Amino acid sequence: MSNNASINGGVGSGISHDSTKKHANGTAVYVDDIRVPENALHLYAFPSPHAHAEITAMDLSEVESADGVALVLTADDITGMNDVSPTHSGDDPLLADGKVMFQGQAIFAVAADSLNQARAAAQLAKISFKPLPAILSINEALAQDSFVFTPQVMAQGDAEGELKNAKNTLSGKLNIGGQDHFYLEGQASLVIPQEDGDVLVHCSTQHPSEVQTHVAQVLGVERNAVTVEVRRMGGGFGGKETQASPWAALAAMTAQKTGRPAKMRLVRDDDMIMTGKRHPFQISYEVGFDDAGIVTALDMTLVSDCGHSLDLSRAINDRALFHADNCYYIPNMRVTGLKCRTNKVSNTAFRGFGAPQGMMAIEEVMDQVAQKLGKDPLAVRQANLYNASNNTTHYGMVVEDNVAPEIIAQLKTASNYDKRRAEIEEFNANNEFVKKGIALTPLKFGISFTTKFLNQAGALIHIYADGSVQLNHGGTEMGQGLFTKVAQIVANTLNIDLEHIKITATNTGKVPNTSPTAASSGTDMNGMAAKLAAEKLIDRLRQFAIEHYGVAEGDVKFLPNRVKVGKQTFSFKEFVNAAYMERIQLSATGFYATPKINFDPETGKGRPFLYFSYGASVSEVEVDTLTGEAEVVRVDILHDVGRSLNPTIDLGQIEGGFIQGVGWLTNEELFWNDDGALATHAPSTYKIPTMGDRPDIFNITLFDNENMEDTVYKSKAVGEPPFMLAISTYRAIWQVTKGNLDAPATPEAILKACGEPS
Amino acid sequence: MSDTTQNIKFLLGEEEVTIELNDASTCNMTVLEFLREKKHLKGTKEGCGEGDCGACTVVVVEEIGDDLYYSAVNSCIQFLPTLDGKQLLSVEHVQDHPAISALVDNNASQCGFCTPGFTMSLVAMYENGSDSISDDLAGNLCRCTGYGPIINAAESMGTGATDDPENNPDLVARLKALKQNKSNPDTGSYFAPTSIAELAETYASNPDATLLAGGTDVGLWVTKQHKLLEKIIYLGNVVELKTISETDDYITIGAGVTYSQAIDIINKNYPDYGEIIRRTGAKQVRNVGTIGGNIANGSPIGDSPPVLIALGAHIVLRCGDKTRELPIESFFIDYGKQDIAAGEFITSIVIPKNQPLKAYKISKRNDQDISAVLGAFSIAVNDGVVSHARIAYGGMAGTPKRATACEKALVGNSFDMATVTSAMQAMESDFTPLSDMRASASYRMNVAKNLLKKCYLEMGGA
Repeated sequence: MSNNASINGGVGSGISHDSTKKHANGTAVYVDDIRVPENALHLYAFPSPHAHAEITAMDLSEVESADGVALVLTADDITGMNDVSPTHSGDDPLLADGKVMFQGQAIFAVAADSLNQARAAAQLAKISFKPLPAILSINEALAQDSFVFTPQVMAQGDAEGELKNAKNTLSGKLNIGGQDHFYLEGQASLVIPQEDGDVLVHCSTQHPSEVQTHVAQVLGVERNAVTVEVRRMGGGFGGKETQASPWAALAAMTAQKTGRPAKMRLVRDDDMIMTGKRHPFQISYEVGFDDAGIVTALDMTLVSDCGHSLDLSRAINDRALFHADNCYYIPNMRVTGLKCRTNKVSNTAFRGFGAPQGMMAIEEVMDQVAQKLGKDPLAVRQANLYNASNNTTHYGMVVEDNVAPEIIAQLKTASNYDKRRAEIEEFNANNEFVKKGIALTPLKFGISFTTKFLNQAGALIHIYADGSVQLNHGGTEMGQGLFTKVAQIVANTLNIDLEHIKITATNTGKVPNTSPTAASSGTDMNGMAAKLAAEKLIDRLRQFAIEHYGVAEGDVKFLPNRVKVGKQTFSFKEFVNAAYMERIQLSATGFYATPKINFDPETGKGRPFLYFSYGASVSEVEVDTLTGEAEVVRVDILHDVGRSLNPTIDLGQIEGGFIQGVGWLTNEELFWNDDGALATHAPSTYKIPTMGDRPDIFNITLFDNENMEDTVYKSKAVGEPPFMLAISTYRAIWQVTKGNLDAPATPEAILKACGEPS
Repeated sequence: MSDTTQNIKFLLGEEEVTIELNDASTCNMTVLEFLREKKHLKGTKEGCGEGDCGACTVVVVEEIGDDLYYSAVNSCIQFLPTLDGKQLLSVEHVQDHPAISALVDNNASQCGFCTPGFTMSLVAMYENGSDSISDDLAGNLCRCTGYGPIINAAESMGTGATDDPENNPDLVARLKALKQNKSNPDTGSYFAPTSIAELAETYASNPDATLLAGGTDVGLWVTKQHKLLEKIIYLGNVVELKTISETDDYITIGAGVTYSQAIDIINKNYPDYGEIIRRTGAKQVRNVGTIGGNIANGSPIGDSPPVLIALGAHIVLRCGDKTRELPIESFFIDYGKQDIAAGEFITSIVIPKNQPLKAYKISKRNDQDISAVLGAFSIAVNDGVVSHARIAYGGMAGTPKRATACEKALVGNSFDMATVTSAMQAMESDFTPLSDMRASASYRMNVAKNLLKKCYLEMGGA
């Protein structure tokens, strides 16, 4: 129990994630763990074996009559719309209708008594295809003008003119690979049929409202007939933002048509083959700079491989453009984004949402400039940073909260950068084939959805007459600790111990029209909505006290777990019960819409972000130049989370995000066969970091800062930014290889950059 | 057939479970499926269904010679009948274990889906002790934490001593009793012979059966290729296959010896081979996987075969009453084709001692990955001249294969950079590697050449 001075578990305390114990002892319930009735059906979707083809004939009669099969679903069975595109682009059919656009596209689905029966039955399908030419690379797409959306340009100054005037110029290209989310829990939905043909959807999703929308759209019913609930996900990382709804919709169709509960869970291989990933990018640039390494002009093109449909690719490619400056002021800059349509699975949101690729582009430029001039790359980076007079981005937003110079300076000292760099030079001179590299890279990441309407959130708080509280909001829990942080915020606002606040599953029936838990904005938005709801309750309770006890406003004080009214002190419970007896409403909603933001894609100008998060990292690597094997030996991080709501959770996000970024840039290689089939569709072939890949020396420090904008308790978002700290690892490897180093820097890519054996 | 031969019995936590092996599908049931679907114990998660992520980790307890052995294994690729006579612990059975409080106290979870698997790996580490946290946990993938808090949990957990039978005499007694009454299931679809003679007889009369050792490959035929194995002969109870012996000149390892059991003697004799084994699979795989299985499945990218070829190892095979011995390199004829007759099986691997050895495994990820290329070098130099060279590679051809042209370019020549360079060139006539998702043909060739150079430099060349 708390003492009188303060509450337990309030804002700023580094308490554990609310479910840690349940995680460790196996009692935390995920969708696939919900006990289903014996009559439940299990679904399997049959994946296209072709990257691009017409379906000329389809005979599913043997599938229908196979053991255990209750239902077979094709595009013709869809009573509503055959589309699950998140931006209503109409190019994401739930089930293929006449043609297939990528290998792995769902053609039909089978519902049977067991998943094994459904899968076995599906193999009995007789389908004829007429293969069509497939576009399988960015270069093929560019050659054929195959795009999912129009180009976007953001520019300031005169890049073209100033490139001509520049003292030095360089041009180059960089290929950046995609990444599978590899959430440990695959996509899963369980649909329980309700009265009137309504459905209750248990779904592992970051975007319950979109699942609701898509299910309603596919079933051809109003959204009020669909309730989506999410207690927790076994990881999301962006992969359950738009990629969850197809499976929910198929299960919902089954439940609606059969009246039986229906579950659809993708096993690992199907999940990796059938769902979208991080976008591969191809970068090309021309840069002009002076002898000091100051970049005077930059013309850059960022081309993304969007796969077969639009999905969120417009916003993702835009975010790459928004971050192609990173922390650097470039007076004459033009950056063009091209969004290629290819015959691959449609790429989607993934932690960073395009920004990592944009930052990779500009960090490549910085190193190439330094290399050309023979300068310390860090000195070149520092010389180009935004400062008080040069603070306008290429999209016209003024950088008002710039702490990058201070973070870099502090980290440079704390990590002994200069001394270690000298030691590494000496080491490399004395070692024949093992070489070391070191690099420091900063980051600046814009916080807010660049799609303006998404910047809204709601919360619902009930106080029961015994003083206990139930908390609900539109954000979803995927492990990031959102539920814990929002509960801490409510504890603080109500000034009661955290243990009285019950965290509840996200449910579209409680808070409607929610935005995805994405863009790192979960706590900023839902935390603020919950705070506003709690403040409403406090205001109501204060008013009750004034009227009921006849005291002045200043005589009502909400102390830790107590309320002081004049000379009387009540426990929170007693006080709440008194309010209940006087018929005071003890339930409130809160609503938050992020202020100040706007962006005009026509002009490429605006203020898309409320604020920026900052950070920097130093990585030291050891590379075997005979084999291309690389090891990250030491990492130092200094990262800005504003005033931390929970340092334990924030440090966890930083460390986890960093390691996930290292995976993207080193071992995680997606490999497609020549026919467009993904060959790396399981952990045996797709290698995410394991424990041994964590650097032995790994120092993470929170930068002492507070958000200058009016965010919840002056905190900053933390979900995505640390991912981009991993760029220093890639740059450190590049310090060894130089040359054209494709990302991911696998042993093969590194050896290729190092050169042939001699 | 009597009832006793159709049942298996094991402890699920404290509960004695009897399973009737009445059809092939029961014999093909994975331990994970049993836990989640039959027992509704949902704490154990499916992450990949191929033994590569560790989310499904459980602990299997065996009583051997009055001692208790706790092994973390991947339940997604273990078949239920292999639990006969053992104890199965899932996370539901260790609710008060220090592993759980260590994870909680160190904030070692985010999304939590991998966490029960970590709990179970930690339970095994707690009971057995651990030489290396990172080695013991490399088979548990976490996508959220970056592993730091999990390492802290493992470090702070300490170790227990329940593997000391004095601390758990009841369990020892119960497992002993189970073993004494243990059947030798012979149901027509699942056989578990206990002696080599019995195995030879069973296999000779059922040459169409699938031999099952650790199941780290065979398990995937069921979970990934969705095959139904109609007949399984389980090798885990054949005592003679489990033995390791050593003379002044040879180490003999039974074909059913697991990597975990073999690693100490191999490390003592050949540290480079020990390091290869440390990097073969992860703990959950090494606890059940066998060197014999790694050879018998004939994969061109198995980790042990190239090393054993370089060392000049032999294998002993048996068919019915007949045994024969052959150099391991002769076993691998072509891709998918080995020198083994119907009903014939490997009984042991005979490794000569005191050979020179350097071995290198190249993979995208250091731990728990499959080789792109594995190079093994047994090179001896006398007075500056190469007197002996046996060089073998995995991942360079349809089989693990010697680099004979390369060897020829070395032997009899002075061990210098010029010789090494010509031997590197000679490799092009030894191999025409393939491109696949693990590596391109050109990388494989380049790195194969460079490994010889690396070997040369590390042997003191300049």
